[in-house]
Amino acid sequence: MGTLKDILSPFSVWKQVLKEPVTIKDPLNRAGSDRYRGFHQNEIDRCIGCGTCEAICENEAIDMVGVASIASKDGDSGLRPMVDYGRCCWCALCVDVCTTGSLKLSNVYTWVDTDPDNFRFIPGIDKKPWDNAEKGYVKPDNYELYPLERVSMDHLHPEERDHSFIEIMKGYSDEEALIEADRCVSCGICTATCPAHMGIPEYIKAIRNKDVEEGLRIMYETNPLPEICGRICTHKCETVCSLGHRGDPISIRWLKRYIADQVPESAYADVLRQDSVEQNDKKIAIIGAGPAGLSAAYYLRQLGYQVKIYEKLQAAGGMMRYGIPEYRLPYDQIDKDVNYILSQGVDIQYNVEVGKDISFSDLHKQYNAVYVATGLHQGRSTRIPGTDHKSVYQAIELLRKITNNEEIEVAEKIVVIGGGNVAMDITRSLARMQKEKYGKVQIIATSLEAEGKMPADLEEIVEAREENATINPGWGPREILIENDKIKGLKVVKCLDVFDAEGRFNPSFDESEEAFFEADMVVESIGQGADLGFIAPEFMEQLEKDHRGRIMVDPLTYQSTLPWLFVGGDIIEGPDVIHGVANGHKAAKGIDLFLNK
Amino acid sequence: MSKKEFFPMDGDRTKYPEIKSDGTADIDLSSHKYIKLWHGPNHPGITGNMAVELTLCGDEVVEGITHVGYLHRGFEKLMERRKYIQNFPLVCRIAVPEPDYNEYNYATCIENLTGIDVPEKGMWLRTLTLEMARLQGFLMWIGGMAGAIGFGTVGQWANYCRDLVLDRFEELTGGRIYHIYILPGGVRNDIPEGFKDRMEKNLREIEGFMKDIRRAFFDNYVFKKRSVGVGYIDPAWVFDYGIVGPNARAAGFKHDIRKNYPYAKYAELDFEITTAKDSDIYTRAFLRFEELLKDIDLIRQILDKMPEKGDHISKVSNMMNLKIPAGETYVRSECTRGEYGYYLVADGSEYPRRVNVRGPSYTHGVALLEKMLVNVNIADVAQLMVSLHTYPPEIER
Ligand code: SF4
Ligand code: SF4
Repeated sequence: MGTLKDILSPFSVWKQVLKEPVTIKDPLNRAGSDRYRGFHQNEIDRCIGCGTCEAICENEAIDMVGVASIASKDGDSGLRPMVDYGRCCWCALCVDVCTTGSLKLSNVYTWVDTDPDNFRFIPGIDKKPWDNAEKGYVKPDNYELYPLERVSMDHLHPEERDHSFIEIMKGYSDEEALIEADRCVSCGICTATCPAHMGIPEYIKAIRNKDVEEGLRIMYETNPLPEICGRICTHKCETVCSLGHRGDPISIRWLKRYIADQVPESAYADVLRQDSVEQNDKKIAIIGAGPAGLSAAYYLRQLGYQVKIYEKLQAAGGMMRYGIPEYRLPYDQIDKDVNYILSQGVDIQYNVEVGKDISFSDLHKQYNAVYVATGLHQGRSTRIPGTDHKSVYQAIELLRKITNNEEIEVAEKIVVIGGGNVAMDITRSLARMQKEKYGKVQIIATSLEAEGKMPADLEEIVEAREENATINPGWGPREILIENDKIKGLKVVKCLDVFDAEGRFNPSFDESEEAFFEADMVVESIGQGADLGFIAPEFMEQLEKDHRGRIMVDPLTYQSTLPWLFVGGDIIEGPDVIHGVANGHKAAKGIDLFLNK
Repeated sequence: MSKKEFFPMDGDRTKYPEIKSDGTADIDLSSHKYIKLWHGPNHPGITGNMAVELTLCGDEVVEGITHVGYLHRGFEKLMERRKYIQNFPLVCRIAVPEPDYNEYNYATCIENLTGIDVPEKGMWLRTLTLEMARLQGFLMWIGGMAGAIGFGTVGQWANYCRDLVLDRFEELTGGRIYHIYILPGGVRNDIPEGFKDRMEKNLREIEGFMKDIRRAFFDNYVFKKRSVGVGYIDPAWVFDYGIVGPNARAAGFKHDIRKNYPYAKYAELDFEITTAKDSDIYTRAFLRFEELLKDIDLIRQILDKMPEKGDHISKVSNMMNLKIPAGETYVRSECTRGEYGYYLVADGSEYPRRVNVRGPSYTHGVALLEKMLVNVNIADVAQLMVSLHTYPPEIER
């Protein structure tokens, strides 16, 4: 084995003697690579405090903490991640999972500090030497820990739907719902924003667990109208969904609908069964069977109260039934939610108008508390010349008649004034009727708000256009031209801005830019007001009102200045279904608090 | 004192200690023939914390009992309480110097059970990191081997070379030691611009050093004198003791997972299994040195074949919610020390039911080492351990 070569060979590397000895490079003078995973940076204004970084950190190195300078608001918890460098392993999974892309790791990796407390810090808030470092690890563009694209829902195409009132959206299949539910990161930003604070991540998780019954139970804790809300909710939750910052928000509304759709009405009693509620003999009257009235009734029954609803119209649902067209919300789905609420022992009397068929003071005498949730059913008029013509209608009144299957005028050419969802509802409903009657659609909807600023949901505008309605926004109505007692059309001028510098409603116009929309019939849809004439003057006087004459209530209990009178629904906030559901629930608790005092 | 009295071993080392009828060694400490010596848990000849309780008779080991448990880790148990994705920062710590095999095996287990695909480029990048890991692993090992018998300078050259590879790791993955680069569906980041050229420069420098290391260390009378014929692994033990990797190949076994069960992109690479016959410390050392040189060639091949375009990772479902249907899988890869295996059992939940890590160190570093220590000279214990190339953290997974 040992040869002379083996003795001499080692000496042949003598040249190494002349080299500077190097083992590893001096870390103090060596910059980290461009994508080095060094110390944390957080763009504090971009971060929304969703806490997804905290959830993924396997070392529990992140705690979400309050920061004095950041207030919580819709879409922002107000918390920010605090990192503990006694635990962090610089894996950067927190960076990869960050929903907004605010979190990064700089390429700085040396830091000496004598105070151990400094090693727990809030990146972006607590100043650190590497705050301005430009290089470091950011999540690569083409890699995601969760899909950013939403699962689209099968729906009727314009040519299939433009002549009928059949529901447009077909609902998710099991597989689609699973894929969509899987995208949720369970941050709960949605729950905080939802007026009813529904347990959204929880019911979405129930879908992932293929347990829709559990999902239904979770929904009923805060919302007894899941079929309805699963279709037409204004989904504030989706607007703030943390995934919406870099991709599509979770389809929370459709997932809610999916759960409710999966459980047949006949199974509700079984699925939602609860331990028997202790009944009491206190009686509550609810005026109006809209979302707020129904929600209050349901939760009051859960608390054991004897509840009776007085409804002016023939069926329950309020605006949900008499405002929203069937292609968005089929009546049988309303019935499904309503039936379950009524099955809980809620007494309801239809076709009774309080103030006419029964007096308000009688209610006060007969019941321990009264909840007013009559909504906004009185259409407002633009009061421009010509609005007194018989072919000028209020959208809300036409929608009600359509629901009731009453005959309405459907002219060949129609103009709708208004840019909100109700305007879209009547435009699309009349378009369908025109299509059926004349084989073509000639309807124009016009609003003060310019394109892109209309209050209606974007999908409503898009779908209306797909159905051949013309949406021509950005005009102020001036006059309905009438010749020989027949409407000729609507004269409009360009609207420059709807609000003034202080943000108040105060439209400004360019009178020189005029347009004329030909029509035989005009529909006004510029908003609705409440009709509270049924509250007798002696009570009305005792109610505290704000500067605009609206009744003031306690924001937590919805109790008015008359202790036995609670007011909610669209009269107080919204207008939309979910606010009604939420304040109906709160009023139920408020009434319970009042009666158990 | 005569020589015979001073060395009572009588030339035949296998005679002591005598084996009792129950099969255990008859070591009577009160006879003053034996002393106990703890080798470790902190000892420069050990990569990581582990102790060998030696019983010496003179300068000769008559019994060696391995003691692990100094690292208090329990990775396998910890993994059962973390979501699948959360285990990536954990698995890379099971074999500290070679995180990538852990990442690869664990990710592949998940992919096997969920059907997640890995795009072509992602697979090439995985193969690249696996070979880079081998290169730096062997370089570190040379440092250990040389250091164990006093060739500190060689160890420093080797570690300098390893640092060059770590520079490339840092550039590619963002981390020098813990790369956390391989994730379900591919790898986390694309290859940076100009990486190949920088790597080539490093490889040339390493080749230069390897020439010197060969002259100074492998063609060295002292090293040969110390290692040839010492630490012999009988080929007959290979199956009984689960010996794999260079330890088995140096005993003549032509077995390399990369060839026998090709995975990643190995089927598209041109290389042969290295084997040798003499199965002693020198043979194993030299075989690793040869494999190291082959690695350099493999890295070049991989970078030549690396696709310019294409995704490095596929689209995956939400990793925060990943549930794996009930099932089990075993994934193996060839690390510097042989077959590295992950056995994963899923129960349909978001957490692994069981992950079993089969690292070569377990067999080499415990059962085999205890067998080989007997009758070894105390001065050779460190180099014997290093020649088996074990990582204590991997034993305590
Ligand atoms: S880098 Fe990893 S360990 Fe550190 S805070 Fe982020 S997720 Fe936690
Ligand atoms: S995941 Fe991103 S946005 Fe959410 S809290 Fe953490 S840093 Fe902020």
